[in-house]
Amino acid sequence: MDQIKVEKGMAELKETFSSGKTRSAVWRKTQLRALIELVHENEEEIFKALHQDLGKHPVEAYRDEVGVILKSADYSLSRVEKWMAPKKGHIPLLFFPANGEVMPEPFGVVLIFASWNFPISLALDPLIGAISAGNTVVLKPSDMSPKCSSFLANAIPKYLDPKAIKVVEGGADVCEQLLQQKWDKIFFTGSQRIGRVVMTAAAKHLTPVTLEMGGKSPAILDVTSTSSNMKVVAKRIVGGKWGPCCGQACIGIDYVLVEDEHSSFLIGSLRRIIREFYGENPEESISLSRIGNKNNFDRLSRLIKDPLVAASIVHGGSTDEEKLFIEPTILLNPPLDSEIMTEEIFGPLLPIITLNNIQESIEFMNSRPKPLVIYAFTKDETFKKQILTHTSSGGVVFNDTMVQFICDDLPFGGVGHSGFGRYHGKYSFDTFSHEKAVMHRGFYPEIEPRYPPWNSFKLQFLRLAYSFNYLGLLLLLLGLKKKY
Amino acid sequence: MAGSEEKEKAVFDVDAASALVNELRCTFASGKTRSYEWRVTQLKNMLKMCDENEKEIAEALRQDLSKPELESVVYEIGMLKNSCRVALKEVKHWIVPEKAKTSLTTFPSSAEILSEPLGVVLIISAWNYPFLLSLDPLVGAIAAGNAVVLKPSEIAPASSSLLSKLLVKYLDSSAIRVIEGAVAETSALLEQKWEKIFYTGNGRVARIVMAAAAKHLTPVVLELGGKSPVVIDAGINLQVATRRIIAGKWGCNNGQACVSPDYIITTKDYAPELVDTLKNELERFYGKTPLESKDLSRIVNSNHFTRLTKLLDEDKVSGNIVHGGERDKESLKIAPTILLDVPQDSLIMNEEIFGPLLPIILVNKIEESFDLINSGTKPLAAYLFSNKKKLKEQFVMSVSAGGLVINDTTVHLAVDTLPFGGVGESGMGSYHGKFSFDAFSHKKAVLYRSFIGDAAIRYPPYTTEKVRLMKALIGGGIWNIIQALLGWGKA
Repeated sequence: MDQIKVEKGMAELKETFSSGKTRSAVWRKTQLRALIELVHENEEEIFKALHQDLGKHPVEAYRDEVGVILKSADYSLSRVEKWMAPKKGHIPLLFFPANGEVMPEPFGVVLIFASWNFPISLALDPLIGAISAGNTVVLKPSDMSPKCSSFLANAIPKYLDPKAIKVVEGGADVCEQLLQQKWDKIFFTGSQRIGRVVMTAAAKHLTPVTLEMGGKSPAILDVTSTSSNMKVVAKRIVGGKWGPCCGQACIGIDYVLVEDEHSSFLIGSLRRIIREFYGENPEESISLSRIGNKNNFDRLSRLIKDPLVAASIVHGGSTDEEKLFIEPTILLNPPLDSEIMTEEIFGPLLPIITLNNIQESIEFMNSRPKPLVIYAFTKDETFKKQILTHTSSGGVVFNDTMVQFICDDLPFGGVGHSGFGRYHGKYSFDTFSHEKAVMHRGFYPEIEPRYPPWNSFKLQFLRLAYSFNYLGLLLLLLGLKKKY
Repeated sequence: MAGSEEKEKAVFDVDAASALVNELRCTFASGKTRSYEWRVTQLKNMLKMCDENEKEIAEALRQDLSKPELESVVYEIGMLKNSCRVALKEVKHWIVPEKAKTSLTTFPSSAEILSEPLGVVLIISAWNYPFLLSLDPLVGAIAAGNAVVLKPSEIAPASSSLLSKLLVKYLDSSAIRVIEGAVAETSALLEQKWEKIFYTGNGRVARIVMAAAAKHLTPVVLELGGKSPVVIDAGINLQVATRRIIAGKWGCNNGQACVSPDYIITTKDYAPELVDTLKNELERFYGKTPLESKDLSRIVNSNHFTRLTKLLDEDKVSGNIVHGGERDKESLKIAPTILLDVPQDSLIMNEEIFGPLLPIILVNKIEESFDLINSGTKPLAAYLFSNKKKLKEQFVMSVSAGGLVINDTTVHLAVDTLPFGGVGESGMGSYHGKFSFDAFSHKKAVLYRSFIGDAAIRYPPYTTEKVRLMKALIGGGIWNIIQALLGWGKA
């Protein structure tokens, strides 16, 4: 992929956009239907690509990728026309006759960077938003999930309008070339390091960005109020840690906070569930994804090689470089200044940090960067309220994990270190739309005091007008109000 | 020694900036700014500040810009008070969590969207409306419950120092601070980590602000300007139209406003009539010697004065002046000036004018104006005067700008139910009314689940049976789910 090719592609997308074709509801809906068809007709191929890239089982692939896209596309398809309609804005009487509306319009040519851990859904879910909003798009899948990347590059031009939606494959050099172009919006999913690079490049062209990143998302476990549901809790923790791409998920649990006295109970429950889910020998389990690539494998192995961290392992810990396999691993109180507790883990290692009192978890979280999500298992309403108002995170889920991702009515996105901007459902549409304010006025009546030369009557008039004090205005006009 | 102490105090460097942010972070962490009472108290105090200091504010604006008192009272103080009142009335509704629907897939559950303050935010404002553009974003930041540092523009020094004096007196200084200064101070501030940066100004500095924000992954709102066009169709009430253009151009700080009309596009046939009416109305408003009119602001400083005269004196356009052109370097005044039929490659057509010069571009057919607008960068506002329904529709559909107004100029700014902000080169993010509150809030998604309703298919070990159920569940339809549960569905 050379610079000239990128520029040629951009020029074509610009031309398509200015033709106005992508703005029509018909085009948007046709593309969404075609996307659904793409996923339906190539389900097996997607399963295969995901298995080759990440060892994902079809159930997981369906739950986290194929199903998510079908649901999202369906949701947008049935609502996009409603979203496109201008919204009325109330106009003060002073401007009568006038009406105002907020009209969503597409940005233009947008760039989507997807990541390798959910290579299908994190590429196509933003694409659904970009299409719904009527943009032309370049999609850049991650080169670290090569099979999925080439699947998208092959399938998308066959199903979607190739003059408006393009897939560009490649590595860092291609990203760099893409970032030199002027985009009307950049949507990025990935790490903080690359997020900074993307935003810095965007600043040159004043391009708005959405950054979807991760962070250390904790699960807080208030055992006292939930002990009767421990089995469900443990299932949901295991499901939220090792379930999504073996911990390589931005919304996966990073670590667990629990009170001292309950830690061994928790570890016991987790162990039982891990065995139930992945069998005696998890290395053989088809239900567990493998580590995405050698880099991530090396990084994760290094985390647990730190002697103090290694000493804290209470379950698992085995690795197999050839298969890029790391066993579901539980660590009890690794040092808080070790890398495993300062960096996002993004893998199958689960530190359990114990506190004297679960209330301390609030301070613990507040002394760290804002995570994408906080999972809290508790039935204590006061504690729930405290978590909501005293901590900050992209989202909060009580008594479950992961499920927020499939709620179309909830905005999905981070805050602070975990990113900014949001998507899913209508929020995806908004993310790729400019809200244009439109005001219509008639020529009459004319408010004379708007115009110079200024005098004290006009001043008094406008003073009242701007506070929308209609009674005062009337009195002034009738000469009944003392002039300024 | 008092002298050296004074000098030390004057240096606001990176360390001082860092100490300031830490202090505000402590205040924010105490939770004080989150309370409804705190927000309301601050907003009420701001209203009081406006009421009690109208004279001082108008005087500072007179010093900085020779702004006519009426413009100061109406566009700066009046608009701001209105913002405060809207926020005071509405903030109790804005802070209520918004209920969200949940799907069958996560049943039983409930969900809501919570608006939470971002933390410590930075507002960098501009010199042309030094009060409004400083305090209007501040209203949003306070309503949303943030701690704030405000950096007013050093190009309007009297206003900057008055803001610094007044805010300490009226607002909670443990959470709201003013830092005065120029490039050095701004750079020191920009090195800090903020939860949001709200910048009003030009595209060049905006790029610096956004690049600095990128280092800390800080979201930004950029309120910039651009060349906002006015399209004038034939057959309209020209007197009303020209008056509305004059009010938006010269009546807004003598054209030094981000939403001011930058240039006019009209047809060759209609131009003579338009120019005549403009001239008449201008004379009626500002007299025969506009340089002496008290109703026009001056140019802010000699840099801008020189920039504007350069635009005016370029060979390509200097012969096209059909009205005005007078200037007085001493008093930094430039008279309302109209230029007819200037070439597209002139300097004046290639940068935001931000002053009292108004070029008129001629087209054969009015429909051509839309392509002309779209061939440039996206402006903050675009205006159309027309009686034709079809033309209006075409304008709304095809012209991209921060906001559009039909048959008037700049009035959308005063409507708090419309988002105010740019797109493309004219900026990103929006504010005013509830949009200001949203600009300074994080929308936290909250999902409540109970322990019942735990579907085994979510969990490993995975089987083909689970694939089938999963499809039915995510697909949503009850019938599909029943089918799948009964084992009737297709795998």
